[in-house]
This record gives sequence, C-alpha cells and structure tokens, in this order.
Amino acid sequence: MTTTVLPPYDDVVARYEPVIGLETHVELGTNTKMFCGCPTEFGAEPNTQVCPVCLGLPGALPAPNRAAIEATIRIGLALNCSIADWCRFARKNYFYPDMPKNFQTSQYDEPLCVDGYLDVEVDGEMVRVEIERVHLEEDTGKTLHVGGATGRIHGATESLVDYNRAGIPLVEIVTKPIPGTGAKAPLVARAYVTELRDVIRSLNVSDVRMEQGSMRCDVNTSLTPVGETEWGTRTETKNVNSLRSVERAVRAEMIRQASVLDGGERIFQETRHFQEDTGDTRPGRSKEEATDYRYFPEPDLVPMAPDAAWVAELKAALPEPPRVHRKRLQEEWGLTDLDMQSVVNAGAVELIEATIAAGATAAGARKWWLGELARRANEESLDLSAVGATPAQVAELQQLVDEGKLNDKLARAVLEGVVAGEGSPREIMTARGLEVVSDTGALTAAVDEAIAANPDIAAKIRDGKVAAAGALVGAVMKTTRGQADAKTVRELILARLGAQG
Amino acid sequence: MSDLTRLTAAELAATIASGDVSAVEVAQAHLDRIAAVDERVHAFLHVDTEGALAAARDVDAKRAAGEELGPLAGVPVAVKDILTTKGVPTTAASKILEGWRPPYDATIVERLRAAGTVMLGKTNMDEFAMGSSTEYSAYGPTNNPWDLGRIPGGSGGGSAAAIAAYEAPLAIGTDTGGSIRQPGAVTGTVGAKPTYGGTSRYGLIAFSSSLDTPGPCARTVHDAALLHSVIAGHDPRDSTSIPQQVPDVVAAARLGATGDLTGVKIGLVTEFGGEGAEPGVMAAYRDAVEALTKLGAEVVEISCPHFQYALPAYYLIAPSEASSNLARFDGVRFGLRAGDDGKHSLEEVMSLTREAGFGPEVKRRIILGTYALSSGYYDAYYGQAQKVRTLITRDFTSAFEQVDVLVSPTTPFVAFPFGSRTSDPYQMYLADLFTIPTNLYGGPAISVPCGLSEGLPVGLQIMAPTMADDRMYRVAAALESTVGVLTPPAL
Repeated sequence: MTTTVLPPYDDVVARYEPVIGLETHVELGTNTKMFCGCPTEFGAEPNTQVCPVCLGLPGALPAPNRAAIEATIRIGLALNCSIADWCRFARKNYFYPDMPKNFQTSQYDEPLCVDGYLDVEVDGEMVRVEIERVHLEEDTGKTLHVGGATGRIHGATESLVDYNRAGIPLVEIVTKPIPGTGAKAPLVARAYVTELRDVIRSLNVSDVRMEQGSMRCDVNTSLTPVGETEWGTRTETKNVNSLRSVERAVRAEMIRQASVLDGGERIFQETRHFQEDTGDTRPGRSKEEATDYRYFPEPDLVPMAPDAAWVAELKAALPEPPRVHRKRLQEEWGLTDLDMQSVVNAGAVELIEATIAAGATAAGARKWWLGELARRANEESLDLSAVGATPAQVAELQQLVDEGKLNDKLARAVLEGVVAGEGSPREIMTARGLEVVSDTGALTAAVDEAIAANPDIAAKIRDGKVAAAGALVGAVMKTTRGQADAKTVRELILARLGAQG
Repeated sequence: MSDLTRLTAAELAATIASGDVSAVEVAQAHLDRIAAVDERVHAFLHVDTEGALAAARDVDAKRAAGEELGPLAGVPVAVKDILTTKGVPTTAASKILEGWRPPYDATIVERLRAAGTVMLGKTNMDEFAMGSSTEYSAYGPTNNPWDLGRIPGGSGGGSAAAIAAYEAPLAIGTDTGGSIRQPGAVTGTVGAKPTYGGTSRYGLIAFSSSLDTPGPCARTVHDAALLHSVIAGHDPRDSTSIPQQVPDVVAAARLGATGDLTGVKIGLVTEFGGEGAEPGVMAAYRDAVEALTKLGAEVVEISCPHFQYALPAYYLIAPSEASSNLARFDGVRFGLRAGDDGKHSLEEVMSLTREAGFGPEVKRRIILGTYALSSGYYDAYYGQAQKVRTLITRDFTSAFEQVDVLVSPTTPFVAFPFGSRTSDPYQMYLADLFTIPTNLYGGPAISVPCGLSEGLPVGLQIMAPTMADDRMYRVAAALESTVGVLTPPAL
C-alpha cells in the first residue's frame, strides 16, 4: 500500500460537502429479554442467562416483551415520530455463531415508529436531524476469540460464545441523511448522539452507556464535490463507542474519502471500523457483495397493533425534553449561554444536577465537574460519567471545603484519591491525613517560626503594611505542607504582630 | 383382559378408572405389542419403556390414593418425534439431531403428562416433516400395517402406523400440508388438524411456522376428540396461539355418533371433482357423501376457484419458512457437528454439518426456499404465494357463508408401494393436493375412514371454519357411525 498524504481538514471542507447519517443501537434496560423471560443483567457469568428461546433451540418460540414495545414507543414519541397503528416483525437471515437462530428477529419495512426529528444545538445554532425510523429488534450474543495475539478471529485457536446478551431488546434509531452541515459535520454527529443519549436517558429506558455497549453507533459518511448535487458513495463506520469517537470518526472518514477522491479514485460502499488508537477507519467487509438478508415477515409472531389510547397515554406522560430541561437548569444555576454550553459539551448536565441534589451548591458542583474531572476525562478519552467520581462523592468533597476541612489544593488531592477508587472523600482525607490544620496551638508555633525567620517582613507588617502578610502565610503553608487554613494563618500573623487586618 | 391393545382410548380410560386393570398393565400390553410388531412396522424411533412405566405407576398411585383422574389418565400415547420431550431423544427423523435430548418439553407434551397419559415413545416421520410417505426419514421408512410393502403416508407415518398396528391407541401428529390427515387416510385411522393456533407450537420443531399445527391421531373419532381436548388451548409461550376457549369437540363427537345430521349443510368442492384422483378413491368418496345425505345432511356443490393454486403456493411458502427455520441447525450449539478437526473454517464446519446432517428432501426445500426469498425473486415467488394464500382464505370464507363444512377425499390415491414416487418430487407433492388449502387458510380439518379401494383404506376429509373444530367432529362421528372403524389385516 502506498502512503498517502492526507489533506488538511479545512481544505477538505473547502472542496467537499459531507452528508452524514447515523444508525444508533440502544439496548433497553428491561428486566427480561425481548422474547423470553431470561434476565438481562450486565456482566453475569457467561451463558447463565439463557433458555431454549434465546438459545434458539429447536422448537422454542418467541413471545414478545410488552415493556420493550412500550419503551420503543416512548423513544419514538420523544423523537417526534408517528407510531404505526399496525406493524410487525421480520426475520433478517444470515449466519453467524453468536446469533442462535441464524436469523435476527427485527423490523424491516413495517417499523414501529417513523418520520420524526431531533433538534440539536451546535455552536449556538439549532440543527434539525430528521429521524427515518425507530424499530425494535433482538441483540446477538458475543463471540470471544482465544489464543491469538489480537483477540480477533485471525490467529485464534478457538472461539467461545456467550449468549447472555442474545435476545436483549435493542432499539435501532436511524436518521435520514443529514446534508448541509459542512465543516460542522463531525460536531453535528456528536451533538446528535449526545442529545439522543440524553433523551433516552430522560425516558429511563436504558442506561445508554457507550463504553459498556448499551449504546452503539454506526456512522455513515459521504462526500460530494462542492457544486455537485448528486451525493457521493457512503461508507458505514461500525460500532463507534464514545461520543468523542463519533466526532473523530466522521472527521477521519471525511479526510480519508477526500484523499481517495483527490487521487481520482472512487469510494466503495463498504463497512469500516474506527480505530480508537490511531483515530482512523479501516475497511471491514465490502458491501458490494452484501449479504442478501432474505427478509420476510416473522411467522412466529402475530402483528402488533398498538392501541391508540395507550399511545396517547404514553405521549402525555413523556418527561420534559432534555433541551427544555437544560434551559430551565441554566436559569436555576444562573449560567450564561456560554457557560451552559460548556457544561453541555462536557456531558456534565446530569452529573451536576445529581451533585446539587446530593447537597452541593450549583457553583461548587460545576467547579469540580468542569475543572478537575473534565480535564481528567479529556486526558483519558473517557466520558465524564466514566471518570470514576460519583455526584455524591463530589457533593461530599464540596461539603468538606465548605466546612473548612479542605482547602482547594487539598481537595484536589482528595479528588485524586476518589478517582483512584480509594473511598469516599472523608475517608480519603482521614486516611491520607489531608485535613486542614486549624488547631491554633500547632499553627502559632509555625507562625512564630516564620516571624523569626523573616524579621524584615514582620517589621513592615508591624508598620501597618498588612499586604506583606501574604509572604509569611506562604512560609507557614510551606512548613505545614499546605495543610494549614490560610485564613486562620493570616489572622494569627496579624494578631501576633499587633496589626489590624 | 385378553388384548388391551384392541380397546379404544375411551374404553381404556374407563377400565383403568374402574380399577379393572392397572395403568401399568395397559402400558405393558402396548410395550409388548411394540416389541412384537415394531420390527416389521418401524413406527417408533425411540421407545421410552422406563418413562412409560413410571408414568403408568404414577397414575396407579393416584388412583389408589383416591385422586381424581383425567379423562385419558393411564392411556398410552405415541408422540411424533418432532415435538421436544425433556430428556428423551428427539430427532425430527434427521441425522442432524441424532442423540439430542432436549432440555424441555413441548407444551403439548406437558399437557399430555399433566393429563396422566402414558408416553410410549417417539414416532417415525419424514425428516423435519418434509414428505408424504415417511420414506425421507433418516432412520428408514415406516411400513403400512395394511400392506408392509406400502407407505404409511407422511410425514406422520409413524404416528398413524402405530395406531393402525395397535401399538398405541392414540398418537400426536403435526400437520403442515396434510401430515396428520394424509397418513390417517392411507392407514385407515382418524387424524385431525385443529385450527391453526388452537394447539400450541411451543416445542414443535418448526418446519413452516405459519402452517404447522399439532393434532391428534386415533382409531375412532371420539378418541381423537378426547385427545384434541387435552392438548388444545391457549399457550402464552406461542404468540400465534389463539387466546380463546376451544369448542367442545368431545360433545360434538358424541352428538355426531347419534347418526343424525339433519340441518347440517355440507359443501362439495367443485374443483376437487376427481382430476388426478384414483377412480377407487373417488368411488369411496361418493359413497361417503351419499351416506352423509342419508343421515340427513344437505349436500351442495361449492366452487373454490383458487384451490387449484394451493399446491404451488404451498411449495413456495413452506420451503421459504423452512429455509429460515432450519438455519439454526449449524453444528454450533447442539446436534451433529462435522469438520470439527481444527482444519476447517467456521463456514466450512457449518456447511459440512449441513451436508452430512440433512437428507435430500430437506436440502431440496432449503434451496427452494432460499431462492424464493432472495432479493429480486421475493415478489415473484414468496410475495405472490402470499397473495394466493389470501385468495384461498377468501374462498373458504365465502364457502362457509353457504355451508357448515366442506368435504373432499383426503388423498388422491391409496397407499402406494415404496419407491414409486421418490424419484419424482412432484408426484410425491400431489399426495397433499386436497389437504393443503386448509393449511393455507388455517381452519381445522379431519380425515375419517370412509371405505376401501383395492383393499386399502380411503379417507374422507371434512373441513370447517377456523375455531369451529366441533363441526367437523360431529360430521366425522356421524360418518363413522355408518361406515364403522376399519380393521387392518393381522400382522
């Protein structure tokens, strides 16, 4: 393979117009699977949550989970979709060992929800993403390839299959193609997935954790040379598993496609895989020899006809949309649009909300999540919610600061411990001996020492130059390794030297 | 009791309930009969001697304890090997499931056990119920007790033959295109296909999901109705199961047995006027119609113009569904696995497993169905067949606005000699010519013996509207009251 020099992004968007589209899979948080009564708990021992139905044993039949249908309808309603008054499942036939029946029970030409939209905000501008369909299907099992260096099938000596996930209800949300976003395409993609995640979380139907695979995103990208009207051939980048990767994958694929097109070659319709480490996409199987799924109506399930009154009831009971909810929070928290935008961009809305609910002030909650924790999340390419601190812990930390037990510097050290999983802030403070020293007896000695060591400064203070006290405070802080309460130290110095603060 | 195997299920149940014989004696008599004749008949793929005797002992214990027994308690029953039986080998007569012991019972099997019936074992069939002669069983054919050189019908030849050979008084079959009725007709027994959704498919190894219907096989209409009432009824594990009360088929059979059909309107399907059917079969059929008239029934001709397309529509729909249903037999999780020597890829293992595990008819239908569902051909084949299915349903609906039941011969010909149709699949498919429309429609139908042709049994098919299973039992019992129960030559 020849090494190609990739064009700069600005150059790409100057010459090409991207069209993006997103297919998002969300595992529903139902207690039982889509077509049987097996539990759906994450992380259970392999093949302990299976039965004849989800193993596809001969003779077993599916019986649909009403809770999953209800959740799907609620997602559809929250995305402004029409709910079909009659729909049915279809079989999607293909062979893979993690798919017990070798067909997936899904929906094809008769989905449950169609024609909706989701408004997302990008750089203060609203972009309407149109939703083509929301449908319900069952998840597959997981294959584990053992014995090879990479964990992939090539070079593996054996393959193991865990069917615990097989049959968990999966909702697929497909957008219509999104043209006209230009250079903002990667940001629109990210903002859409973020907003979608917030909407679904607000419905309380899934934990939408991308890092655990309960929310997975396929990103379609194509480029059209500026001035042309016909869209280019699209590629599908599969299973992008973080918000950041969604943005990176679109950007990387735009640059790659531009480089191919610049070279006078054409884009093949294919499946590609995003590489977390390098940030580029690599080809999977070619769609030109695409599988013929031989879809046909699932004869083991009777068609669904959601009752109109039921749908109306579900619609009436929908929670406040996250966008509206955020507007309200912004007012409550007294934030500027810009501040709120940074909170949203950091994925911190719900975390801050929960932290406030746990007893912190709005300012205190925002400070930790957007400061120390956002920095760490960014460094480690993690979602903020996965950084290792909980709202309750952050609230406790802030409380210790408010009580004067921790100063800013010490609090940061405590937070390190929280993220490292050492326990609650209070436990860490005690264990590491980080509490602010406000015992005046112990501090007086340190103050006297500082005065004795700096007679010139002490003299200035005695003369009324109170501002000079800062230098002595610094000295005391140094000898107490930062554990002294600066305010108390300052008061002691002034008192010792008979000056008025 | 000299020969318990000659008694009907109703008689056996009464005898056991009265304490004249024990359920164990009844079970043993049938196990002995199987031991004596099944080498020649080959109705069974697996005889569960231990399980049968244990179930019988259980019934005897309950009786001794004064517990109330169900209407079929202690009565032996044979089960087509396509229904899963917990811990008992279940193969669907295929090599691909050789030795498989399911971890669960089919709903129908659960109901049989709960009713106190005694399961003798699993009966032979065409592989995955695909065939009309039981010659496609991977474990060798079943022989017709009327003439061991002839086929017992298919796919439920084992169940029908077990009954005709007095190895069991009752058996369970499954009917996708006629697999209960057609073997019933050629073995001189009664076979009923209930309304689709009236009996649970949970645990029935799927051939064609939208058509498969489990149902009873017996020597008398009353016995069939008793078994029907034990196995039917809503099952929440089967989404297509109808959440409705099953009509009282036992009462209907009793009513029919009085021999009075006054006020019953019977339709003869004009399109089944005899083309492609043997003259002897048509003669027995006409005699039966005349007998029904004598019982007071009013007989009229009804045209069902789309029935002529039933066979081609069926041979697109059933293989299409089968190609998908059988995809799970891939050597990954259960049953046969071929090529598992570390030298073959996943695709090769799947392919070698299916090559070694599936017989010729199954492969033929998988290929046919895969083709009919493939993009570019779907509309022309599967889609078109579904439209025909709708038209056939309309034919039935309009016919039942005019008459109570429709009748026809069950099969166009009597039991044929082995090998005479296997070389031409189309000739084999014709065996289900008269039975298939009902499966496409979903209504119930029964085959009841109506006479002999060339010394071999002929069946009359009675078709009823969906969920009106009782009507066909009434007419069938009435016919039986004049024709009588057929007795095969001694084995």
